[in-house]
Amino acid sequence: MTTRIAKQKTPGDLLKAVQEKTKVNLNVCYQCKKCSIGCPVADQAESPPSEIIRRLQLGAGDELLQTGLIWTCLSCETCYARCPNQINFAAVVDALKSLAVEKGVADPQGDAPLFNRLFLNAVESYGRAYDLQVIALYKLGTGSLKQDVDKFPAMLKKGKMAILPPSGADKGRIRRIFKKAAQNKGTKA
Amino acid sequence: MKYAYYPGCSAHSTARDMHESCLAVAKALGIELNEIKGWTCCGASAAHQTDRKLAASLASANLLLAKQMGMDMVVNCAACYNRSKVANYEIIHSEEIRQSVADCLGQSYDGSQPVRHFVEILLKDLGLPALRKKIINPLKGLKTASYYGCYLVRPPEATGFDDPENPTILESLIDVMGGENVEWSGKVDCCGGMQNLTRTEITVRRSAAVIGMAQAAGAECIVVACPMCQISLDVRQADMEKLLGKHYRMPVIYITQLLGLALGISPKKLGFDRLMVSPAAVLKTTKAAV
Repeated sequence: MTTRIAKQKTPGDLLKAVQEKTKVNLNVCYQCKKCSIGCPVADQAESPPSEIIRRLQLGAGDELLQTGLIWTCLSCETCYARCPNQINFAAVVDALKSLAVEKGVADPQGDAPLFNRLFLNAVESYGRAYDLQVIALYKLGTGSLKQDVDKFPAMLKKGKMAILPPSGADKGRIRRIFKKAAQNKGTKA
Repeated sequence: MKYAYYPGCSAHSTARDMHESCLAVAKALGIELNEIKGWTCCGASAAHQTDRKLAASLASANLLLAKQMGMDMVVNCAACYNRSKVANYEIIHSEEIRQSVADCLGQSYDGSQPVRHFVEILLKDLGLPALRKKIINPLKGLKTASYYGCYLVRPPEATGFDDPENPTILESLIDVMGGENVEWSGKVDCCGGMQNLTRTEITVRRSAAVIGMAQAAGAECIVVACPMCQISLDVRQADMEKLLGKHYRMPVIYITQLLGLALGISPKKLGFDRLMVSPAAVLKTTKAAV
């Protein structure tokens, strides 16, 4: 297939940002495509993993942040496990995701950034995950309240989901971690 | 055998059955699990998708607590196991991550705390001969498909769990319990669990593919060691039937639940009543009283 690479004012900016975030050397990729063959969601993506690497090498810009794969990726890490040159492509996808969020590029289907934010907010408040709150707020936020509503009565009855928020975590410790991590995010080590 | 035990958040919510069966089995085998006081979330997939340094720091908070207890940390949730192992690996291999973790925790940590999955201590510390002696209710040839998913085996350099493409730890436990392992090729495929809420159809299709492979191999149940896999394969079966028009009715059971049965523990104490897809056929084969 033909992939158009948008002309950048400064080509390679995205590649540089990804390499800075991950310390992964994408230049060692020789397009053996083992990552794409093993990827369980490659068939649904406009560009499979090996092609994303190639696009980054060729100086792709922010249009790459809208590519489906970064939001369909399952973090199964099959790409990384099978890469003959140990390219951590799973980390590359994480970096592309956080760059997409920083640059405000919306998730085309589903809303992983919202889910992640809600999940981490609950962890920051309670020190542990609180499924029921995260799921309810996510469904409110994405207008998908009706989806899965059939499952909750049985899950709650069977004790397959906690109703009350978690207790027992060292909350002071967790808040310090979040505060410090937010401060560190802006600075380059 | 004494360990620092990290239950993980799902132990009190979507994976109470995993937690209950782990504690019951440990007690029956004389394995002392000391819950880490004040433990906090490992960060799960939300943290590593957002900020690698935050992810490593959240996991390290618990690793440091375990280190202070002076025992190996035992984790029964494959996802928490993965995050803890990856944190150790990154801290050892990246000065930048190590410094960031030290800053976030206000304490330096060198990535040296041993992290073990519960099935690893069964195999390596207790050992199969000792386990065999404790089996009082053998599984009577129950056909099981052992499913590892992603988190136990990948990335292999960080988890070091077993052969990353063909792990056999679960099969060796099933063998000792008197079950019959089916040969199948789906054991390290992904269930799609990470997109369970965000891109549900991906999860439904991935999980259906996994169950389909186990069915084709003649399995009567799928055995798991990860709460993400358990939820995807079990709770999503109703959605698979709706989307794909096929019937699955495949019980998805934690390895510790099945081991508990073999050790003669009652299904109730092992959380069998919490499973969404009825395990009645499995309990009937193994002749355990519900």
